[in-house]
Amino acid sequence: MNRKIKGPAVKFGNNIDTDVILPGKYLVLVDPYELAKHALESLDQAFPEKAKKGVIIVGGKNFGCGSSREQAPLALKYAGVKCVLAESFARIFFRNAINIGLPVIECEGISAAVETGDEIAVDVEAGKIDNISKGKSFQVDKLPPFIIEILADGGLIENLRRRLNKK
Amino acid sequence: MNITEKILAKASGKKVVHPEEIVDANVDMIMVHDLTGPLAVEAFKKIGVEKVWDNQKAVVILDHQVPAESVKAAELHKTMRQFAKEQKIRIYDIGRGGICHQVMPEKGHVVPGTVIVGADSHTCTYGAFGAFATGIGSTEAAAVFATGKIWLKVPEAVKVNVTGQFQKYVTPKDLILSIIGKMGVDGATYKSTEFTGPTIKSMCIAGRMTLCNMAVEMGAKNGIIEPDETTRKFLEGRTNRALPNFESLKSDTDAVYERTVEFDASKLEPQIACPSSVDNVKPISEAGNIPIEQAFIGSCTNGRIEDLRLAAQILKGKRVKDNVRTLVIPASQEVYKQALNEGLLEIFTDAGAIVCGSACGPCLGGHIGLLAADEVCVSTSNRNFIGRMGSTKASVYLASPATVAASAVTGKITDPRKLEAKT
Repeated sequence: MNRKIKGPAVKFGNNIDTDVILPGKYLVLVDPYELAKHALESLDQAFPEKAKKGVIIVGGKNFGCGSSREQAPLALKYAGVKCVLAESFARIFFRNAINIGLPVIECEGISAAVETGDEIAVDVEAGKIDNISKGKSFQVDKLPPFIIEILADGGLIENLRRRLNKK
Repeated sequence: MNITEKILAKASGKKVVHPEEIVDANVDMIMVHDLTGPLAVEAFKKIGVEKVWDNQKAVVILDHQVPAESVKAAELHKTMRQFAKEQKIRIYDIGRGGICHQVMPEKGHVVPGTVIVGADSHTCTYGAFGAFATGIGSTEAAAVFATGKIWLKVPEAVKVNVTGQFQKYVTPKDLILSIIGKMGVDGATYKSTEFTGPTIKSMCIAGRMTLCNMAVEMGAKNGIIEPDETTRKFLEGRTNRALPNFESLKSDTDAVYERTVEFDASKLEPQIACPSSVDNVKPISEAGNIPIEQAFIGSCTNGRIEDLRLAAQILKGKRVKDNVRTLVIPASQEVYKQALNEGLLEIFTDAGAIVCGSACGPCLGGHIGLLAADEVCVSTSNRNFIGRMGSTKASVYLASPATVAASAVTGKITDPRKLEAKT
């Protein structure tokens, strides 16, 4: 994981569920790049194309609610999403994203302060978020060190490999 | 401590735990299915550990894309069979099990007071038996396969206290829809939801499972009910594991709750969750005229024998409306056989419904019974999100088995009490 991330925002509303992020009919696909072709297509057919350049999703409340399918954060990550910022997350999505090395940060007030296209900078470790286009900044609670470590290793599997090898 | 705190304290070797504390809990049981298992297997193989930590504590259940509808699904099933064989893990293959959340307790893999994780969000169903059960992702499942442990933040708890007797044709499904409607889809995010009160104490296991199953639809980490004689009766003869002393699983009288919410079941009428959010709930009297093209009775929420009996009671001697296709899916092979023996499958068939093999079916829109654009389905399942059951332009209404059966007969969303009054 890049601890400092920069990119244009793509904004979504409240309660973006995992069926919308990746519909059930695609769960038989195993290649993450194939999954990525369908990321958020129910809301915006062009999203996978837009995300290719590397984007930051800004969501509302309860982002990622619903199914435990890890294919949802995987589809976002491989589509080009570098980070997801939201007012709040559903818990399984939050854990899944961290476990696959996709930074997710809860940030109250972020929705109202960002429009699609704004240039956003995120310092994941410091918990600092800047909307460069609008000159607004947010400081959020830092993620616990063990979560930063999982993200820095690129995900839980890499983290576990490192920890088990150390023993 | 409340019941959830007691279970997490024991699982992490502590005397006391407090909300927000992060604990490293020992896992007593893990379940993966055909759509989450293959990713977990792939991740497990990358860790570099040869064997799962305890092959008696892991279960594989094929239930989502079964029988395989595509070569891709067949490949996923093959991966899971191979993994189960290599690791000597119990697998419930096609025709031997059914929907994972029905099979787990039926086959004795759910024990009160234990920590159960499953790579499926509705794993919280097992809280109905007084277990701490929560959904996880595939990578996390791989880590549990390797280590037998999981980090968990001890959740704050919401107490849902229910009093009053249900009116005829009003069911636990109507209760949980009403609760979600009031709490909102993020009303219990990260929290434990503990269902208590006289209505819960007198409720059968099937009803308790329906409540706990949908706790995740308001964001809860787990739903839970104190185990009692009803729990013991269900589990007896199903599990060979020793049951704990149920007294040790009762929430203390001074247990702390973030809040307590009260519900009166006696005042409840049938409820429906309108598209496309599970908290978009209305009493059926406010539904208006909603014609339907499909009715679905089944899923991990409402595919149990009690649900099928209720639907059959309404469908007996009637025909489903000409332009409505009605799918009935028993939640497991055991439920299927029981429904067969009780003559329920004949009632459904005579009514013009199709009975399909035990599986998740149309609930998640990946297998059978999908919807075309502009079609409407009334379903006993748990989610009505955009595109959940097929086309993104289709609509899904969630309701009880009684409401779905009555609606199948009239061809529009119908209060089961009114249908009975007419006939």
